[in-house]
Amino acid sequence: MKKGIYFLTIGIVLLLLASCTQNEKTKPSEQNIELLISAAASLTDALHEVKTVFEENHDVTLTFNFNGSGKLAQQITQGAPADVFLSASKKDMDILEDAKLLLDESRVDFATNELVLITNEDSSLSIESFDQILSGNIGQVAIGDPESVPAGRYTKRVFEHLGLWEPLESKMVFSSNVRQVLTHVEMGNADLGVVYTSDAKISNKIKVLVTAHQDWHEPIVYPGAVIAETKHPNEAKAFLTFLTSEDGKTILHKYGFQ
Amino acid sequence: MNMTDYTPLLLSLKVAGISTIIVFITGVYAAYFLSRKKFWGKMVIESLFLLPLVLPPTVVGFGLLILFGKKGWIGSWLLEWFNIQIIFTWFAAVIASVVVSFPLMYQSASAAFNNLDHRMENAARTMGASEWKVFRTITFPLAWPGLLAGLVLSFTRGLGEFGATLMLAGYIPGKTDTIPLAIYFAVEAGQMEKATFWVIIIVALGFSTIMWLNWWGRRNVERYKNHSS
Repeated sequence: MKKGIYFLTIGIVLLLLASCTQNEKTKPSEQNIELLISAAASLTDALHEVKTVFEENHDVTLTFNFNGSGKLAQQITQGAPADVFLSASKKDMDILEDAKLLLDESRVDFATNELVLITNEDSSLSIESFDQILSGNIGQVAIGDPESVPAGRYTKRVFEHLGLWEPLESKMVFSSNVRQVLTHVEMGNADLGVVYTSDAKISNKIKVLVTAHQDWHEPIVYPGAVIAETKHPNEAKAFLTFLTSEDGKTILHKYGFQ
Repeated sequence: MNMTDYTPLLLSLKVAGISTIIVFITGVYAAYFLSRKKFWGKMVIESLFLLPLVLPPTVVGFGLLILFGKKGWIGSWLLEWFNIQIIFTWFAAVIASVVVSFPLMYQSASAAFNNLDHRMENAARTMGASEWKVFRTITFPLAWPGLLAGLVLSFTRGLGEFGATLMLAGYIPGKTDTIPLAIYFAVEAGQMEKATFWVIIIVALGFSTIMWLNWWGRRNVERYKNHSS
């Protein structure tokens, strides 16, 4: 028994030593700078392509931390490392700005998005305007939770604007993020759903019925900014400049952002 | 603060309660049946029964979506023949709850049936008791402490079920918002007071259930000691 504990201790010590040396090896060298980018989950697909193009032209490695904007803002407020924050909502960026966590004058709106009403590709529903949701024989409507998901908040605004919120409320199913709304519609479990144009673009199992008018909700903008704590302010700024450049815009367009 | 909405509490109790009844009947039956049989593949079946215990909630939820979605294997059939929709209803929460708590009930019941003194059952059989009578008057009462432990664990596990429930039942305030879902969405929305309120409720429920189980178990042991001395 004692022998066992002895070997166990040696084993743990060896493991610790091994992991230490590994860390030293993987530390970024001077030539290759690593930027940690906390980005809204809705940007996932677009940013993977941005990464490929950006890394070709810069001596920088991009590492992403994808999550809901609200959670990312919370993480950064509590001191989690990040060089750049790409948010899907103005509100979450404002929180960091008010807390003086952003590098001065680095904030920039790099994309906008729209809301679309979608249905399953096999669906026979013929809806050409939001008003027609009421007249059709509709089952359930999936949307993001209006209290916690930005897309859900915008969606509620649209339905309220059109006077559809109260008549439809009993048919609503709330999700914890937009991608879950997409899944519910893709699997045919919800007859209708409201997601961003950029989400609709990545799925071929759904079809877009109608786009919500920009005036029906507050603008859906994506602000980006450099975090004040960063050790690589120049590279971080260069990344934001790339996002707003023609090359960056082209990629974002491709994934449904404007 | 508006605290008048107690639907999550009532819904959670309803979901966990019904789920526990289903799990108790099926779990006890499965454990009793398998404890008396030896056959090739028994280990495989037992492992399958216990599988939901070790799988991530997302996997259980995904599997249930495949089965009970509107286009799922069982879901499409129910919809076509009986016009019953499971997904996005409170009963979807019951199903999620049943799947994750069944292993706990099965495990407890199986241990209880395997550990009891089979000579008592055989004695009853020699006196001409039917199998049902043996089960009702000998096996079940002897196994009861173990079965009760399984019952309580299943109930508390059902109360706490979150991941698979969110995937299959969705979040519909007033219809499918069990306490764990209410807590999750309150935290996400930054409504810390509401979240704290429900956290206290569910901790109190869980704590008192376990306290009661411990007290009950100890009382039983004492009683047994007094009887035998």
